[in-house]
Amino acid sequence: MKALRSSFAALLALAAALAAPQAFAIDASPPLPDPVLEQRYLTLTHELRCMQCQNESLADSPVGLASDLRRDVREQLLAGATDEQILDLMVSRYGEFILFRPRMSARNAWLWSAPVVLTILGVLIGVRVLRDRRKRVDVIDAANEDAASSESLDA
Amino acid sequence: MNRFLLPLGAFALLLVVLIAGLVHAPQKGIIVSPLLGKPAPQFSLPGLLDASTPLQAQSLRGHWTLVNVWGTWCVECRAEHQTLLEIKRQGRVPIYGIDWKDDDTQARAWLAELGNPYERVGADREGRVAIDWGVYGAPESFLVNPSGTVVYKHVGALTPEIWEREFLSRLL
Repeated sequence: MKALRSSFAALLALAAALAAPQAFAIDASPPLPDPVLEQRYLTLTHELRCMQCQNESLADSPVGLASDLRRDVREQLLAGATDEQILDLMVSRYGEFILFRPRMSARNAWLWSAPVVLTILGVLIGVRVLRDRRKRVDVIDAANEDAASSESLDA
Repeated sequence: MNRFLLPLGAFALLLVVLIAGLVHAPQKGIIVSPLLGKPAPQFSLPGLLDASTPLQAQSLRGHWTLVNVWGTWCVECRAEHQTLLEIKRQGRVPIYGIDWKDDDTQARAWLAELGNPYERVGADREGRVAIDWGVYGAPESFLVNPSGTVVYKHVGALTPEIWEREFLSRLL
């Protein structure tokens, strides 16, 4: 029991360690002096795709290109660039593919609007189907009543 | 009959969208460079072979150029090298090399051993210039027109067929 409890504690400690990104950062360079900048750095590098290993973010990728791009993000931050400017610069070099969350544009507006349009369409169809069904039930009910009343008359 | 019209129509529409997607999909895994149709990025790199002649954006002006990103650590670059030598032999488009994150001594030894197809080579030791060109894997080759606009980009090793089909056909 005691062994179980201590291994559980070890697991908890491991989970806590894994949850703290700074503790496991792959950068050799020290964190940025300003904690606000460091936070922005971490957010940005998680938003940007590593172009070499395409399902990893810059923050997670150990390849050389990712570390070059992390250095670039760092330098831009220190030079006072806004998050938007840094993302724009990355897009101008590598295209929108470098963003994990694509931006809305005229080209993909239909895709972004699809959930809303499909929901409205679904509701409209649902309402119509239900209304039709109710009408049919009403007709059947009326027919049954007629039958019942004629039966009682027969009796 | 009427009951099936709507679902069938929706299915047909879906088919059209999916087929259009398949037909229009660019080569799988190839990311279209946003640089195409734009001026080549500003840069200046120290010369690999001759420190007194740097490779700069201005070096690319006034004539068609092939900008080739390579490195001695890049296996495919070795496979590509014969094609580059062949392009040099043709003499129609000068090749400018960007030696990407490489060791200068090894790079010079590579050119001495395999032959030098480049008009000029810039040493991008820290990989800063390659980033500005949107490079994500060597070898990559860019066709730049006389006014300095990037016209075409190829990712991966060049072959004589690709050179003819995708590059020479674009020369005016």
